Amino acid sequence: MNASDSDEDIYNERSALVRSESPALPSYIPDSDLTPPNGTPTKRLKVSFRSESLQCFVPTRPAALTPSEEEELTLKYGAKHVIMLFIPVTLCMVVVVATIKSVSFYTEKTDQQLIYTPFTENTSSVGRRLLNSVLNTIIMISVIVVMTIFLVVLYKYRCYKFIHGWLILSSLMLLFWFSFMYLGEVFKTYNLAMDYPTVGVIIWNFGAVGMICIHWKGPLQLQQAYLILISALMALVFIKYLPEWSAWVILGAISVYDLVAVLSPKGPLRMLVETAQERNEPIFPALIYSCECVHCSRSAPINNGSAACLMFVIVSSDQNRLFRLRTGSSGCFVGLCLTLLLLAIFKKALPALPISITFGLVFYFSTDFLVQPFMDNLAAHQFYI
Amino acid sequence: LTLCWFFYLAIGHHIPIYTQCLILVISNKESAAQQKGLLIFGVVLSVLLQETFRFAYYKLLKKANEGLLTLSQEETMPISIRQLAYVSGLGFGFMSGAFSVVNILADSAGPGTVGIHGDSQHYFLSSAFMTMAIILLHMFWGVVFFDACEKQRWWAVGAVVISHLLVSCLTFQNPEYVASLVPTYVILFLMGVWAFYSAGGSLKNLKLCLTCKDKDLLLANHRPR
Repeated sequence: MNASDSDEDIYNERSALVRSESPALPSYIPDSDLTPPNGTPTKRLKVSFRSESLQCFVPTRPAALTPSEEEELTLKYGAKHVIMLFIPVTLCMVVVVATIKSVSFYTEKTDQQLIYTPFTENTSSVGRRLLNSVLNTIIMISVIVVMTIFLVVLYKYRCYKFIHGWLILSSLMLLFWFSFMYLGEVFKTYNLAMDYPTVGVIIWNFGAVGMICIHWKGPLQLQQAYLILISALMALVFIKYLPEWSAWVILGAISVYDLVAVLSPKGPLRMLVETAQERNEPIFPALIYSCECVHCSRSAPINNGSAACLMFVIVSSDQNRLFRLRTGSSGCFVGLCLTLLLLAIFKKALPALPISITFGLVFYFSTDFLVQPFMDNLAAHQFYI
Repeated sequence: LTLCWFFYLAIGHHIPIYTQCLILVISNKESAAQQKGLLIFGVVLSVLLQETFRFAYYKLLKKANEGLLTLSQEETMPISIRQLAYVSGLGFGFMSGAFSVVNILADSAGPGTVGIHGDSQHYFLSSAFMTMAIILLHMFWGVVFFDACEKQRWWAVGAVVISHLLVSCLTFQNPEYVASLVPTYVILFLMGVWAFYSAGGSLKNLKLCLTCKDKDLLLANHRPR
């Protein structure tokens, strides 16, 4: 908890990073200075995207516990935090779904694409479209990998100032620019007249409180609320600017990457965690969703990346955009629950993201092709099974 | 924790529905009567699959008891097999209800043209009542089923399956809602009474509970668990 118990300590860069156990955000910096050359049919938004928000359950190793006790504790923390994830994920989904249903801006087709998915999907043949989406995915994933490794390297060589600056810049953009856009679109949808000074005051307050909560101290629930809102905002931007097929392939690829990054000994996330443990610092404060570790007798913040929320939200919102049965979201819950079950069976730390994503994807596509006609028929005749 | 079980157990209901749909999607659209026949076959198969999965769930839960005990951070088994049966039934019911009614609910936000082509005007109302009955029935079936499996009373298991089939077949009579809803509610009431007795209730318990004389339920005597 971020109680003010550190007032007497020196607030330097290192202690700032160490003390603030507050969640920071995946960076999303649209470079609005990038002007497209005249006459090009499609515009590009340059977005620097940081994606270390991978999810795993890794508690710090306490001293003097027998291996079986340790195992048990690992299991408990993992389970506890999967359960605690339900609430933020649900809230995130609710926000995104509500927005998509009401504000049409986020579902309007646009020719603008992120600079990291340069291949368009407006092609005539299916094969070409598939190829383009795979290429987009490769580019996106390699960007993610590079950024992750860059971050790990920075952390390893103690470039805390740089990391801090990066985080501040990215959260600044997200909190101010994207929420301004969002607010504008909401006003347009509901046809509310609003003057600039009022909007300025609203956005300033929202952003300033967000910055303080995230990078300094604040009530835990406010931090969590900001994280949820920011994940929702990011998901909405992705929905708008990421072409459909690319989004699905990227989802699949990210879950694979998560597996690799967490489980393999050379994986960047694993290295990050181990370095933090060696230095006996709280695991990297960026992107930690601090759950209420009421029973945490040792400091074991579990990495629950906000992109986990993001991915769940994208899956559920995509399928809602197409007005399907909400099995995509329940697919995600099923995935979460299955992680819990697997934790019980295998009794070790597991990356929760891939399983949930896989289930979400499987359920989404199978619903689309299989369940829908059956359900429609049943509902038409009012048969109950 | 109960919430966790609840969601966790709702998984099971997805599986039979999905396997069912796999089977049905193979058949192509031919005549309407044939289509309806196939649908009926699909419904029957789906019911049987659900009950099979309920049994599989029972087996799985018995096996996973130990692991889940560890997860729940407590010394003794925090949740008895009866509570497990209840939550499992609730999960099944919830999913079944969701699948049945969520599309209808989504449509209900649309234009008010129910019955405009001569169909029954009570579509939404009857759907709502039916869904409620189904959810409660799943709960009762869960309780009775698990209890019967515990005590090895296979006739009771068969009775649950048959009553499920019966309820589903009753819905084939929609839109004659009287013919389908009334028997369903009768079955619901009977199953409720059966579940009550198999969960250990009795008239004496009920009286004690209702007149607030039951020591177990009074908060003042609440034992820390």
